[in-house]
Amino acid sequence: MSSSTTSTTTISTAGPPSRRNTELAMLAFAVIIPVFAYANVGLALSDEMPSGMLSYGLGLGLLAGIGHIVVRKFAPYADPLLLPLATLLNGLGLVLIWRLDQSERLARAAASQGFAYQASAPNQLMYSAMGVAFFIGVLMLLKDHRILQRYTYISMAGALVLLVMPVFFPAKFGARIWVTVGSFSIQPAEFAKIVIAVFFAGYLMVKRDALALASRRFMGLYLPRGRDLGPILVVWAMSILILVFETDLGTSLLFFGMFVVMLYVATERTSWIVFGLLMSAVGAVGVATFEPHVQQRVDAWLDPFAVYETGQGTEQIAQALMAFGSGGVMGTGLGQGNSDLIGFAANSDFILATVGEELGLAGTMAILLLYGLIVERGVRTALAARDPFGKLLAIGLSAAFGIQVFVVAGGVMGLIPLTGMTMPFLAYGGSSVLANWALIAILIKISDTARRPAPAPAPSPDAEMTQVVRP
Amino acid sequence: MNKPLRRIAIFCGLLVLALLVRDNWIQFVQADELADHKHNRRVEIARYSQPRGNIIVDGKAITGSKETNGTDFKYKRTYTDGEMWAPVTGYASQVYGATQLENLHDGILTGDDDRLFFNRTLDMITGKSKKGGDVITTLNAKAQKAAFQGLGSKKGAVAALDPRTGKILALASTPSYDPSTIAGGSKKDEEEWKRLDEKNNKDVPMLNRALRQTYPPGSTFKVVTAAAALENGLYDSIDEKTNSPLPWKLPLTTGQPLPNEGNIPCKDASLKLALQVSCNTVFGKISDDLGNEKMIEQAEKFGFNETVDTPVRTAASVYPEDNRPQNAMAGIGQASNRATPLQMAMVTAAIANDGKMMKPYMVDKLRAPNLNVVEQTEPDEMSRPMSSETAHKLQDMMENVVEKGTGTSARISGVTVGGKTGTAQRGVANSEKPYAWFISYAKGEDGSPVAVAVVVEDSQASRGDISGGGLAAPIAKSVMKAVLDSEK
Repeated sequence: MSSSTTSTTTISTAGPPSRRNTELAMLAFAVIIPVFAYANVGLALSDEMPSGMLSYGLGLGLLAGIGHIVVRKFAPYADPLLLPLATLLNGLGLVLIWRLDQSERLARAAASQGFAYQASAPNQLMYSAMGVAFFIGVLMLLKDHRILQRYTYISMAGALVLLVMPVFFPAKFGARIWVTVGSFSIQPAEFAKIVIAVFFAGYLMVKRDALALASRRFMGLYLPRGRDLGPILVVWAMSILILVFETDLGTSLLFFGMFVVMLYVATERTSWIVFGLLMSAVGAVGVATFEPHVQQRVDAWLDPFAVYETGQGTEQIAQALMAFGSGGVMGTGLGQGNSDLIGFAANSDFILATVGEELGLAGTMAILLLYGLIVERGVRTALAARDPFGKLLAIGLSAAFGIQVFVVAGGVMGLIPLTGMTMPFLAYGGSSVLANWALIAILIKISDTARRPAPAPAPSPDAEMTQVVRP
Repeated sequence: MNKPLRRIAIFCGLLVLALLVRDNWIQFVQADELADHKHNRRVEIARYSQPRGNIIVDGKAITGSKETNGTDFKYKRTYTDGEMWAPVTGYASQVYGATQLENLHDGILTGDDDRLFFNRTLDMITGKSKKGGDVITTLNAKAQKAAFQGLGSKKGAVAALDPRTGKILALASTPSYDPSTIAGGSKKDEEEWKRLDEKNNKDVPMLNRALRQTYPPGSTFKVVTAAAALENGLYDSIDEKTNSPLPWKLPLTTGQPLPNEGNIPCKDASLKLALQVSCNTVFGKISDDLGNEKMIEQAEKFGFNETVDTPVRTAASVYPEDNRPQNAMAGIGQASNRATPLQMAMVTAAIANDGKMMKPYMVDKLRAPNLNVVEQTEPDEMSRPMSSETAHKLQDMMENVVEKGTGTSARISGVTVGGKTGTAQRGVANSEKPYAWFISYAKGEDGSPVAVAVVVEDSQASRGDISGGGLAAPIAKSVMKAVLDSEK
């Protein structure tokens, strides 16, 4: 590890190790662990090895293998941990979703509400395959991440379209975050996360000097000029609009947070952070005072168990907390908990509660650390990247990923109000899986460029005779 | 740009750290609290995931478990003769929780009790599923049946004790309910629960009248007053004349004198005669002569003014501080003093047991699934409300009541029986139907094996028929007979 970090930050002609074999070894673990988990669920639920175990193991192995070969070919110097981490989380997610598919309780709940109960795991497996295909597509088609820079303003338009689209579609489950065509529905915000990061990176790379330097000093803070406040105000307004019209607290928080982080990195001005925090506080309090949807969320967060006394609102958070508590330190073991008591969204937004109950504190912390590692590899990629666009894009994507994990996990664990986003890779949902595989692909591409040895400098005959004279 | 990048890295680290801290908080610090939260269905799910241990009377289980096809609960509680045993078992419902023995010994019945830890671990190692232990009661099935059938469709309660040990032999309360009907989680159970609910049912079938309902004790309280008189030396002999004028007015009052039930020879009657014919004037005056303080003292020695854990907690019977006329009325059980049927059975048992009052209990043993005894209740002396001489005098008086007095309908041929009737008036100017009381004990070869208190709250019978002797005494008699028969 230390050799890789030193070699990524300095340009050396020796050629750093590509670490592809490390990645392969790690991938083996990332496939084997979910296969064991799968067997564990089968044994716990029906005392026999699940029949689909072989095909599941082979399928996951195949996806990981193809991913690895493509990385080897198209991004040979890429970070060795990102692909195994994503594979492991995706694989565990499949096991957890399959485990919840077996829940009689969820099937009955669906039946009593008139839904035909469908197993989610086969769909998720298909989404995973599509996600890996997406990942491969990005690696093969995107020769260099700097190409994305050309599409700065197209990205902006694209992001706007993606964010605004759900307004024209009916709300589902109290939030307007879906675009439904026939029986097919996507969550455009998941994709917008990536597109908007491209726009921010391109825009801030161009404007960073203006934003950083043209400012007045006041009480130790560099105050930006009025006209430079424009972009942050626009993004802020967008976030508020998403919150009001799409009642989507999570997405709104995610975009604003990502923008403030990227703005701060681009300009190195702490004042932006202060402004960002102030504005999000004003926005959140302002919207919460007149938007009943947000108020409900806050109330449910302040007293999750009040629902049992008042009969108002949802018991999901209370159920999630009891699932975590019942899991305790070691958990009940896969397939042996009752996290399906959460009912609706048990396998998507609330999937972490199943981890909490069945794998316990130990398992949950491990999962959280896996997410932490992905973010850490992303930040390291940003540090190693040699071009400002790459740095900004990498930090933007990693921060977005980190904030998303915090917002979802924090919401499910009752640390912050629940926002209704999905745990990347773990939760059920096609848009989320596809978008996150694309996100990992872009990070891998940037890290490949960052760690690729620079072309050897042209030999200079008098290089050795150069003397440095210090005054 | 690397300096801000490093700071963002720290920021992301803090986000993950916050999640980890929160996770430790809910899964370690608060874990038990959340796991046992009253809204956590897992508690109920675990409780009914295996057959529950049983409550046992005379070697036979009066409870059972039935496998169901519900999603959450694998087993459901069943009861044999649920209505008869409900005052003993309480209920264990998948939806409405548990009460009485089902609740108090839940740990043993589910197998979760700490004392079953070794069993549990052994089962886990050998791969057996967890099993619950049994609660073995002191009750006597025949006596219980006699009590329950005696009450029949009447509203009332019976408590019977073994005076020598304090074992509860019968505990009946009517109208009752069948706990089987509310054990499950179906629509039918819910309707039944609503029907039984105090708010919707003025008969309050779920009230355990034998332990938790206090009634004015009426004339049965005269034995307590008599005990106080003898213990405090107001009178030494039960045959000497008492200083009892007739008519007698309540102290500090003007107006009508205190009436007796008919024209009975109460003027200066001896204690024995006064109890035989149930003189209000004699015992009212004794209570007044002794004063409120001494009466409270004697009542408390018998267990008034405190609850008893049998282990099901009783309502406290009361003998309050009061003014002189009220205290005099309390001496004949017609004022603000109130008693549970169990309390009056305890008074009777103390007299029958020569002055030694044993603590009443209904759980003999707790038994582990492997039949090892986890806990055995030993008889425990609760108090000595009177000397044995006083007790013998009272026995003499009570046996006289059954022989010649108001309690003749409790006579059992060949057995010495002592008893006392009571008819507690109710409502303004006795406008409501009175409570019919009867307390009695029977003697065996070796002390007295049974003391019983019966109260019949209300009856379809006509007013004139309501008297302790007519309504309650036959029930007491059949309970005593049942116990005597099973002693043989």
